[in-house]
Amino acid sequence: MSEQIVTARNLARHYEVKQGFLSAPATVRALSDVSFDLRPGQTLAVVGESGCGKSTLARLVTMIEEPTGGELRIKGEAVTRDHWASLRSSVQIVFQDPYGSLNPRQRISTILQEPLKINRPDMSAEERDRLAREKLALVGLRPEHYDRFPHMFSGGQRQRISIARALMLDPAILVLDEPISALDVSIQSQILNLLVELQERLGLAYLFISHDLSVVRHFCDDVIVMYLGRVVEQGPSKEVFANPRHPYTKALISATPRAVPGSGRKRIKLQGELPSPMDLIEGCPFAPRCWRVTDQCRKSRPELSGGAHGIACYNPED
Amino acid sequence: MTATAPAQTPANGVERPGRFKEFYHYFSENRGAVFGLWIFAGFVFVAAFAPWLAPYDPAEQFRDFTLIPPAWQEGGNWAFPLGTDPLGRDMLSRLLTGARYSFFVGVVVVTVSATGGIIIGLISAFAPKWLDAIIMRVMDIILAFPSLLLALVLVAILGPSLTNAMIAIAIVAQPHYVRLTRASALGELQKDYVTSARVVGAGLPRLMFLTVLPNCLAPIIVQAALSFSTAILDAAALGFLGMGAQPPTPEWGTMLAEAREFILRAWWVVTFPGLAILITVLSINLMGDGLRDALDPKLKRS
Amino acid sequence: MSLLEVRNLTVEFATSAGQFRAVEGVDVTLDKGEVLAIVGESGSGKSVSMLAVMGLLPWTATITADRMAFEGRDLREITPAERRKIIGKDIAMIFQEPMSSLNPCFTVGFQIKEALRQHLGLDRKARHNRAIELFEQVGIPAPEKRLNVFPHQMSGGMNQRVMIAMAIACNPKVLIADEPTTALDVTIQAQILDLLLELREKNGMALALITHDMGVVAETAERVAVHYAGQKVEEQPVAGLFGRPYHPYTAALLAALPERATSRILPTIPGVVPGQFDRPAGCLFAPRCAHASAICQTRPPLPRGADEGHARCHTPLLPDGKTVAAPIEEVSQ
Repeated sequence: MSEQIVTARNLARHYEVKQGFLSAPATVRALSDVSFDLRPGQTLAVVGESGCGKSTLARLVTMIEEPTGGELRIKGEAVTRDHWASLRSSVQIVFQDPYGSLNPRQRISTILQEPLKINRPDMSAEERDRLAREKLALVGLRPEHYDRFPHMFSGGQRQRISIARALMLDPAILVLDEPISALDVSIQSQILNLLVELQERLGLAYLFISHDLSVVRHFCDDVIVMYLGRVVEQGPSKEVFANPRHPYTKALISATPRAVPGSGRKRIKLQGELPSPMDLIEGCPFAPRCWRVTDQCRKSRPELSGGAHGIACYNPED
Repeated sequence: MTATAPAQTPANGVERPGRFKEFYHYFSENRGAVFGLWIFAGFVFVAAFAPWLAPYDPAEQFRDFTLIPPAWQEGGNWAFPLGTDPLGRDMLSRLLTGARYSFFVGVVVVTVSATGGIIIGLISAFAPKWLDAIIMRVMDIILAFPSLLLALVLVAILGPSLTNAMIAIAIVAQPHYVRLTRASALGELQKDYVTSARVVGAGLPRLMFLTVLPNCLAPIIVQAALSFSTAILDAAALGFLGMGAQPPTPEWGTMLAEAREFILRAWWVVTFPGLAILITVLSINLMGDGLRDALDPKLKRS
Repeated sequence: MSLLEVRNLTVEFATSAGQFRAVEGVDVTLDKGEVLAIVGESGSGKSVSMLAVMGLLPWTATITADRMAFEGRDLREITPAERRKIIGKDIAMIFQEPMSSLNPCFTVGFQIKEALRQHLGLDRKARHNRAIELFEQVGIPAPEKRLNVFPHQMSGGMNQRVMIAMAIACNPKVLIADEPTTALDVTIQAQILDLLLELREKNGMALALITHDMGVVAETAERVAVHYAGQKVEEQPVAGLFGRPYHPYTAALLAALPERATSRILPTIPGVVPGQFDRPAGCLFAPRCAHASAICQTRPPLPRGADEGHARCHTPLLPDGKTVAAPIEEVSQ
């Protein structure tokens, strides 16, 4: 196994939220106790429903925000504010919405060259231009697209441009924040294939944030399942999907519709909704919706345990 | 690599319209706007070529021809098509030259107030909460005064002249730009392209002026067009109150003020400057409405 | 007789660059109590065709159809007042964004009671009781309390339940659900889909489900219509469509699903959906089709018979799913 390129230990991000004029500010635990390793060429998926903290994790790894607890190391260096500038070029991000992620007033050439202008100020204009055109070809766009504005492209093409921009600094890690969920079905497979090919060619490590389990199952090596800011199950993707042990993972897999008509399989119906992250839950965060809940679950929170395929549950499924 | 999209060859000859074409399509849907645009173009033309268009020097006094009515009225004289004022100066020449002052006032006020307002607005959008709060409260205070009154006070402090009037009007107009810029910058800040500029390490000035500002320009341009007319109106009002351009400057507001006492005897000395102000301001406002239709995405139809 | 019958529906929008044809020659039939899924990518006209039936399109749209009938009455011939009586009462619709479909200024209770007053003319007390009954029916816990709550105080799933409650308030015969679960999480999506199917059983209403998610289609629909670039390219019962698609587009769409993948590289459909400015002259799918022949480039295909899935294709797929029949020269009309 090659060396780890990202290591995260007990990462946490809490927000203080003011609630009205006089009441004390509440703490939103967007993310608590997340640990993982990522090596070159690996794809790690983070799945969960809205509010589970997966986007917060993306913002921490891309250094948009600082963690409030725990330790994050990229290429062996601790990620602190003074190292941000030097680590920036190692981690880049591709966003979900291809319409919001490109500056509508900039040409593709400007968009692609911007990272170089900022991070490699010594580079000559010709060199920048050459690199930008090279990356444009790499993501499967044609040279004549180079001088156009984003509004002249379809969603899939824009997502290609976003990927090209993320690759401009030759990063080692790409954070993919739901990169295909805003795209049409026929375009999704194009972009997924592009990502697979880029990974094989450039040895990129992917942190793949998604809520679509069928994509994750196909695309990712390892998976982290999150619920309310905490990891509930973590392990190799094949094992987790073949043998989900946390009730939430099981429910999530069962709720994902499959394109097999008349399969007649029973969905596990979860009762209720996600609680607000502001509510302090003493026990297991999933306890209010769980069908295997015991008194122990309501009283204390289970820790993640079990080695390579870890779960945080007192009464796991077999 | 992956299969690329096939060439976007239009099969039925319909081409995607260019940016300007699309802009003009929306603009020209508003008939009043096109009308306003033509009048405004005429105004700009007159302002640019006033010395060559005007038959006489605007300050030249023909003492034998005081208060001559317009040419088509009884007693009129075709040498002075719109008549003369109490000092025997040619009304037409003065009105044409006055366009120059009004245009000048509009351009200067809009440039000064928009530049200042945009910079302060951007700072406010990017600043920490406390600084943002301070800036916005100061702007609220300025906005709490009736604008003409505040301009009057400022001119009273600075001394009456056209330059000081312009400074005063610019200060009064500025908060509108600050609010507008801040609001649309805050909206843009939420978008992913700003985040991705941050992820590649863009510094604050770059984020403010190169990333965010170009995307906030549409409403600011509309505001600039509308405040152009307000500036002309305010300058005329200050001139009328004797706090703006000083006689013998042929500024339209000042002309009105000078002619006030002849209003019953010689209708033309007040009517023509008044009409000039009315038509100019109206045309700019119509044009501004059209700009809003064409530039403001909120009103765009499918 | 079908409940809802639309023949040869075409919708055009006036844009700055001329007419844009969003829907072209679409037929929709919906029988009592059935679940029809309309699948397609963005720009396939799947929502627009249903909005046209509801009469909810903006004035820039021109709607033409040979027939547009509900229970045998042509919707275009009746007066606007009569039409309003049908729309919202007998045909109801729910939308993708439950948050923006509800007015944030009023409590959900007020909004549902308002709908009841408009359509049923019940008195105050009856409205209140009916609202509670509806909330119970769609599975909103503590309905009495929830009536006094504003939309922003509830989750997306709960708001969608409120929307469904409002839609079924008048026991509609047809419920059109436009991407009802796209904005929701998967566990909530499963709840909402189950609820819709349950309501169909109980009230015997027909359900038209507009979606882009093949998984949702497979698990809920009975009949599926596939739309592409404004046309209906195929229509089949659900098992047939997933088992033996006739149109190359349907086949390619199914093959591109990650869960059907056999290797790490997925089969793809090259290119993009044609837009307003690059509409092909022949078959709309021809530029992206692996089986396109010369005739596909020049002549638009007509829908085939029901035995071939109404496929709008010159060369429908043979049973092995890979090869196509030889193009048949159609007699030009």
